[in-house]
Amino acid sequence: MPETIAFLEPKQSVLARRDAIIEDLADLLPEGCLISEKRGLVPFETDAFIAYRQVPLAVALPETTAQVAAVLKYCSRYGIPVVPRGAGTSLSGGAIPQSDAVVIGLSKMSRILDIDFANRTATVQAGVTNLNISEAVSADGFFYAPDPSSQLACTIGGNIGMNSGGAHCLKYGVTTNNLLGVKMVLFDGTIVDLGGKALDAPAYDLLGLVCGSEGQLGIVTEATVRLIAKPEGTRPVLFGFMSSEEAGSCVAEVIGSGIIPVAIEFMDKPAIGICEAFAQAGYPMDVEALLIVEVEGSEAEMEAMLASIIDIARRHGVSTIRESQSATEAALIWKGRKSAFGATGRIADYICMDGTVPLSQLSYVLKKTGEIIDGYGLRVANVFHAGDGNMHPLILYNINDPEDAARAEAAGNDILRLCVDAGGCLTGEHGVGIEKRDLMLHQFTQVDLNQQMAARAAFDPQWIMNPSKVFPLEGRPAA
Amino acid sequence: MKMDFEPASETDAADIVRHAAETGTPLAIAGGGTRSGLGNRVQAEQFLSTRKLTGIVSYNPAEMTMSAKAGTPMAEIEAVLAENRQMLAFEPMDHRGVMGTRGEPTIGGVFAANVSGPRRITAGAARDHLLGIRFVNGVGETIKSGGRVMKNVTGLDLVKLLCGSHGTLGLLTEVTFKVLPLPPSAMTIVVFGLDDAQAAAAMAHALALPVEVSGAAHLPDSVRYRFIGSSQPEGAATVLRLEGLAASVAVRAEKLKATFASVAPIAILDHKATETLWRDIRDIKPYADGTQKPLWRVSVAPSAGQQLVAALRLEAGVDAFYDWQGGLIWLRMEADAEADLLRRYIKGLGGGHATLLRAADAVRAVTPAFEPEQPAVAALSARLKEKFDPKGVFNPGKMG
Repeated sequence: MPETIAFLEPKQSVLARRDAIIEDLADLLPEGCLISEKRGLVPFETDAFIAYRQVPLAVALPETTAQVAAVLKYCSRYGIPVVPRGAGTSLSGGAIPQSDAVVIGLSKMSRILDIDFANRTATVQAGVTNLNISEAVSADGFFYAPDPSSQLACTIGGNIGMNSGGAHCLKYGVTTNNLLGVKMVLFDGTIVDLGGKALDAPAYDLLGLVCGSEGQLGIVTEATVRLIAKPEGTRPVLFGFMSSEEAGSCVAEVIGSGIIPVAIEFMDKPAIGICEAFAQAGYPMDVEALLIVEVEGSEAEMEAMLASIIDIARRHGVSTIRESQSATEAALIWKGRKSAFGATGRIADYICMDGTVPLSQLSYVLKKTGEIIDGYGLRVANVFHAGDGNMHPLILYNINDPEDAARAEAAGNDILRLCVDAGGCLTGEHGVGIEKRDLMLHQFTQVDLNQQMAARAAFDPQWIMNPSKVFPLEGRPAA
Repeated sequence: MKMDFEPASETDAADIVRHAAETGTPLAIAGGGTRSGLGNRVQAEQFLSTRKLTGIVSYNPAEMTMSAKAGTPMAEIEAVLAENRQMLAFEPMDHRGVMGTRGEPTIGGVFAANVSGPRRITAGAARDHLLGIRFVNGVGETIKSGGRVMKNVTGLDLVKLLCGSHGTLGLLTEVTFKVLPLPPSAMTIVVFGLDDAQAAAAMAHALALPVEVSGAAHLPDSVRYRFIGSSQPEGAATVLRLEGLAASVAVRAEKLKATFASVAPIAILDHKATETLWRDIRDIKPYADGTQKPLWRVSVAPSAGQQLVAALRLEAGVDAFYDWQGGLIWLRMEADAEADLLRRYIKGLGGGHATLLRAADAVRAVTPAFEPEQPAVAALSARLKEKFDPKGVFNPGKMG
């Protein structure tokens, strides 16, 4: 395991009381809701940022908000760190625990509580998966818009923690734009409701602050989200280019022309090869870069939009255009894209970057990314949300070779600095977690971070909630 | 309004705030002052305006983002956007008519008050379009949050927290926001003669169809003629807006017509009439009446809107019309502000909030302008205020 990213020193006072803590937690939770045996704890030692692992002190799997509150109240009383967890699909290490922490997993809170078609809202427990919401309302003609690639597994609670995005955010926005309310438990067990079914809430936008706060402000146990009427039809179209630069400038012109497709996804040649081998989606193999552009609406609308997009693509030297001819083909096209991370994992270990850049910088950043990777003697596959400039270079390496792992981490950091320097940011949708924590000062000044940490302290004055994440360990306020 | 401070640079603004914090001098802060009546009376001795902090800092139409200093007039921003066939998709209202104020609304004021118009139901609120900010906190430090890209989850989202904080957490100096293409075509379907309950059902139905309604309002008989002339069929008007490519709007309009034609008389408003109608709805035209009659902005679940108004009518003299599919109610009280009654009923109908937008000074002095929060949430808000503005420099009292 690479040693570059440090965790907070475990609190000896907590470790020393391990047995007593486990006994006390067992009293607070129903049978079967507490894991304390080493073998049971191992599955919780990491998330999808697999390079780092820490076995937690215990894992609580509460079934109700009241139980979450009881555990938090107990932990805050004794200063025990708490790490919230949904499905553990975080790519930035947001759910990786630490040896003195109690993990609070929401997997048992997976009920849909209310579906309200008149107001187009769904209220669900935090452990409901992203895809479950859309599936529950699909027959009635609705869907929940944010669609992270891990949507089959990831939970709405985790989505709120990271303000997750997805391929279709170009038109519909990310989690924060589709979230109307939450029930959450604060560090000391206080239960609060923020927002509701109304489109706005009084006073400060605490909901906006909580969304994307990476489990540092409290634990969300229920959420009310917006449902959207499904479009009449959707159609993904493949555009192949002989260079990444051409594809990048095509994206910029499509957006600049005032057409906003539902999604514009980009894959470079290595990514096309990996995804095609996995999904057999019919991606063209003789191109250097591929765009998946999805339009939606009635037949006439889709035709009109596609005609304009095809015109633009031709001006940028498109070499292949393939429209999906059936729902099955369309599903395959998306299957290939959405399994990109999993498919890459079959051929190598990888870390996935998530920097976002202004559209005008796409081609430049792609080119420089290639140079950085070459400089470290590594390989990269690029697959990302081009319409909003959210890049995902997958840096391939061998996790069992410490030098290779260190090189991958260093290359990743160089790429993220490049994104910030190009006018962008460290993370578009995966969160800071531990992965990008030590790069925060590249994007923010210490004064900026101090203000964020002050806001954090308004919610968690003891700094027990997910404490090793987001903010560099140096420069934190004295406890 | 006489201004004590009109800084022309962020550095000057930070110096003024730092000095105010050191000397314990509360500041009333504003942009152009056209929305200063929002919220409770500010207890401050000195006034600071951002109206000299002006200018568009960067605008790249192809990236659909703009950065501007907080005091930049809305008129300037809208003119530059219009030249490039773009717009602020969240349709911020102009408060001057209804609040009887003069001056130039500023972009900073729009975001400080999170002002969002009819397109809120599909395009999101002002807070959903604000990508990045620079602000001065209550001790005079300059802070940035967010950035200029569409997707950004780096660190805590102070952008959303500051948006709608009415200048009580920080002095916005620069805002970066998303802009969108102007729809090339727009049309409004008007359904006549529905009562409030029927209208709520009709709007819910329309928004469940795959036709992308971008505005859904109900104008009861009492206000309808202020919006739509008597050459059209009689009665209340339920209005549904469609926008987009001309061919697409036409196809979707046919679908909506087919849905409602058997139920009630229908009319279609063309692009120009549509623009006028929705500007009037946005700016609350019927209640921009030069009076001080108590005017509330009520936000509830869309289906609860008409139930609330029906319940209130039994107990008080009210006039109302609805935007946001019925979830945003502009409510004019004929006599008293009736805050307790209104807020009790809102709670009973599943929650939401009421903001007193306008009333005579004597009424405002005894009526909290914003909905009181649950105690645990109010405690959080108070702790946040303390973390941003420990000396209580910014707009003391404004948010209660």
